[in-house]
Amino acid sequence: MNVSTSPKFKENVHDALRDESLQRALGRLKSGFQVNRANAISKMPEFEALRDQARDIKNHTLENLDHYLLKFEENVKANGGHVHWCADAAEAREVVAKICRDKDAKSVLKGKSMISEEIGLNDFLEKQDLKVVETDLGEYIIQLRHEPPSHIIAPAIHVHKEQVAESFRETHKGRDPNRSLVEPRELLDEARDVMREHFFAADVGITGANFLIAETGSSVIVTNEGNGDLTQTLSRVHIAIASLEKVVPTLEDASSILRVLARSATGQEMSSYTTFSTGPRRSDDLDGPEEYHVILLDNGRSNMLGTEFQDMLRCIRCAACMNHCPVYGAVGGHAYGWVYPGPMGSVLSPSLIGVDEAGHLPNASTFCGKCEEVCPMRIPLPKMMRHWREREFEKHLSPASFRYGIKTWAFFASKPKLYRTVTGIASKVLSKMSRGKGRIAKLPLAGGWTDMRDFPAPEGKTFKQLWAEKQSGKGGSK
Amino acid sequence: MSTASKVTSRDAILGRIRKSLGRATGETAPSSVTERLASPKANPVVPKRAQIAPDQQVELFEKMATNVNATVGMVVSDGDIPREIARFLAEHNLPARIKISPDSAVSSLPWSDTALEVSTGIAGAEDVVSVTPSFAGVAETGSLMLRSGADTPYTLNMLPDTHIAVLRVSDVVGTYEDVWARLREKEGHGNMPRAFLWVTGPSRTGDIEQTIQLGAHGPRRLHIVLVDDTKENK
Repeated sequence: MNVSTSPKFKENVHDALRDESLQRALGRLKSGFQVNRANAISKMPEFEALRDQARDIKNHTLENLDHYLLKFEENVKANGGHVHWCADAAEAREVVAKICRDKDAKSVLKGKSMISEEIGLNDFLEKQDLKVVETDLGEYIIQLRHEPPSHIIAPAIHVHKEQVAESFRETHKGRDPNRSLVEPRELLDEARDVMREHFFAADVGITGANFLIAETGSSVIVTNEGNGDLTQTLSRVHIAIASLEKVVPTLEDASSILRVLARSATGQEMSSYTTFSTGPRRSDDLDGPEEYHVILLDNGRSNMLGTEFQDMLRCIRCAACMNHCPVYGAVGGHAYGWVYPGPMGSVLSPSLIGVDEAGHLPNASTFCGKCEEVCPMRIPLPKMMRHWREREFEKHLSPASFRYGIKTWAFFASKPKLYRTVTGIASKVLSKMSRGKGRIAKLPLAGGWTDMRDFPAPEGKTFKQLWAEKQSGKGGSK
Repeated sequence: MSTASKVTSRDAILGRIRKSLGRATGETAPSSVTERLASPKANPVVPKRAQIAPDQQVELFEKMATNVNATVGMVVSDGDIPREIARFLAEHNLPARIKISPDSAVSSLPWSDTALEVSTGIAGAEDVVSVTPSFAGVAETGSLMLRSGADTPYTLNMLPDTHIAVLRVSDVVGTYEDVWARLREKEGHGNMPRAFLWVTGPSRTGDIEQTIQLGAHGPRRLHIVLVDDTKENK
């Protein structure tokens, strides 16, 4: 599995906030994804009803996950394909590597896949002397930069075009060193040209899957570039890697969810290419892969079923939650430290890599509720982040000072008389400390607050005292 | 990895799912599952915009396809298709050399009426323009539905710089659900071509600074020739 830096979340955040280049890139979130989504939804009066329908389809599927997975497997086999059930990341990597070895493969092309990131597939295959090339432009850019994606649908959202040009000049040897690589168009044309050579030379093509269809045994990918299609069509072997919860019952069910996917993601009414792949090339087909494999990855998901985190398995990876999240918007994806950033990552990562590792992430929320508001699958993300916070607390993973503070507060708060007395004293003391300025620049034990900004001083009276005065005043005037 | 250990993972995963769902091993699927798979139904909620008369669906298809940067040319008979394609290529200063699907819907057209150089088969690196038939067009998003098969090689849809798709007006439907009903009628329930592709506009990317560029790895241009076969029959 990919190594996480999630335990260092706080340091990551500090670095991200100081990273000027990243801050400039994140500024594009609002004018891009947010505006485009709003436009697309304004054109679809049935959008709210479509969200309900999508949620219900996934809920029904999850309640019957074993049945639908078995049906899917049966239909893949009936069409001449292979299904590999993999319990964890290590098993999935090994199965993929074995397919490559069996076919004597030298080169592997990749369509964009978050599951591939989750299981750390590229590094593993490269160690087996395979040449691995990402074909999605964003993934290709971060592959050249040796970085993980910082966003689940726009992996290179943190990269500026000048940095892309730099990577291209370093990697694409044998081209005119004086060529212009200023405009996005020039960069894209060069990437297209380079990628063509890779497409025609590929042995194995690996894609993810947005859906698996039980009814037909099909895997479905949604792309705008067409890279995934060329990857799975031109390679001798197509391997689709998907987690268990990608299965839906029928073609109609996938179509219904597709109506909310692109609108929530990029704000398109439909992505450019939606491809349903079923088995290998048929006997009379003129093109297509000779072999078709599906990797069915569990990696912790079966344990989420039947728990308060089951709803998370409805996620379709549209990225609307991170596109609208003030925390993601401030720190970007890398700060989260593992594969899945933003609110969906804050809920999913602790389930997959453990709350010990990713326990900070559920705290990366202002609880503004925007993520749940925009989630096309109506996943109650803030509620689930609170579940994780509770677990983190129960497991004694929060710092001792925080736990001690909460315990102390709880001691007083459960004794109203004592609480009133103590807060009354504290309020007076703090008021005096501010020397009438209404703010305190330095406060013992509260350096985390006062290092960055002043602490607003109380007026000298507690809310209870003010309320009592107000009530008696009211009574008097009547 | 031995076959035995794969079986173990399969059983282990299914076992965990059943345990989490509180189900016993070997429990058969409930009727809500078997019926859904046996007779898939159109979704209760579909966009109203597409539930309109057939001629309005064609209008909507054209509008939606144009919105996503496809171009649409209308002809009234099969005989006019080659001339429309020659006109389009000349207008955009594109080579007069095309690779077409073996499917008779395009291979039997009167190409000799034009000066186009025509060959048939799969697409290779040297093919710059392709012409393919379409299985259907969906009005709700202006999407083309293309299927792979012996006469419709898949690479023609994706490799050439310019993709020209011929679509009959009688094959324009309102929604995706309408397409699946048609496909099941033609292929039998549960049977899919190796690849079934929805194309909504030409290839694009926003991966460099979120600026939308057409022509990432798939076609830079998508031209749809709509053939009004409904009028021809009258």
